[in-house]
Amino acid sequence: MSDTTTAPELAAPRAPRNRRSTRTNYELYGWLFMRASGVLLLVLIFGHLYMNLMVGDGINAIDFAFVGGKWSSPLWQTWDLLMLWLAMIHGTNGVRTIINDYAERSGTRVVLKSALYLAFTITVVLGTLVIFTFDPCPVGADPELLASICFP
Amino acid sequence: MTAVLENSAAPDATPEVGAVPSFDVTLRIRRFNPEASEAAAYWEEFTVTAYGTDRVLDAMHKIKWEVDGSLTFRRSCAHGICGSDAMRINGRNRLACKALLKDLDPSKPITIEPIKGLPVVKDLVVDMEPFFASYREIMPFLITSGNAPSAERLQSAEQRERYDDTTKCILCAACTSACPVFWNDGQYFGPAAIVNAHRFIFDSRDEGAEQRLEILNDKEGVWRCRTVFNCTEACPRGIEVTKAIQEVKRAMITRAF
Repeated sequence: MSDTTTAPELAAPRAPRNRRSTRTNYELYGWLFMRASGVLLLVLIFGHLYMNLMVGDGINAIDFAFVGGKWSSPLWQTWDLLMLWLAMIHGTNGVRTIINDYAERSGTRVVLKSALYLAFTITVVLGTLVIFTFDPCPVGADPELLASICFP
Repeated sequence: MTAVLENSAAPDATPEVGAVPSFDVTLRIRRFNPEASEAAAYWEEFTVTAYGTDRVLDAMHKIKWEVDGSLTFRRSCAHGICGSDAMRINGRNRLACKALLKDLDPSKPITIEPIKGLPVVKDLVVDMEPFFASYREIMPFLITSGNAPSAERLQSAEQRERYDDTTKCILCAACTSACPVFWNDGQYFGPAAIVNAHRFIFDSRDEGAEQRLEILNDKEGVWRCRTVFNCTEACPRGIEVTKAIQEVKRAMITRAF
């Protein structure tokens, strides 16, 4: 029986770990995407606000029929889809870097990022589904629940 | 300066013409003794008489030599070149040998802490190893191919000018330990390593730019820079650190496309 004991090898505090294994262009593309999507989002969001709030009757024109009408046009479907995806990826990537900067323990980081990606997935999937499958007057629905535009 | 003159004038004595005015200054120093029974950091105040021409380092010398010999800090050349005595003075990273006491409002206590983000060894001495590990990783030496020329490797004045700013680095760690991204988990390469990579990446005689850019393209490399500008403000050599980091980013993007 050996009675020599050795202390466990401890890594020096704050020693660099696990580099070289991560050298891809992932962060480079992420950084570029933030700049490009930022510029594009400026156009998309202010175009959206202008169309909804300034043109015609302005804010008073917004109702169920207004949104239903917009989503029957492929232009606005694409516009809103682009806005949804770019804003969600841009925002999620931004929060991801904030988590990387502020969460000190890797456990906290994993939990926060998992919650973030879950929220991202739910929002994007739900939003995309609505934009493509939206039908203001579904066939066979209870007439009591339908909007007035469905009865020409 | 009025307060300074009042302090220096002893009763019944007119100050000597041309004498350097003296004043009392209080240094509030963050101390840590790893050998104490309860190793915990604490503040300690020392009041010493200093002169208008004194730097923070002179006041610290006075404490170490005349008041408390256990006060521990690094310094070597004491003239702003060796980069040993970077510390956090009144909340900003500076070299103790370059900061004049009179510029720091000596009427109030001057706080002195070790630089942040590196493990404290004793008092103001920190373990610089993580900092130098990042420095070594960017390969801070000339990389060339082929046979060495029999004469100098020639370079035009313009080619030299391209990376002149980043040759001024003295590796004091004032920039890296001022960076909030480095404070988090210490995995970020840090401004100093990127500045020294910049010095070789933009050197016309060097052929290792590709490898250095590849190293700094890491997820802990230049892309973690948030352009906070703390490094530029902290640099005692006046290097435009954030600008150098941005130039490395740009070189990476032009390389990728």
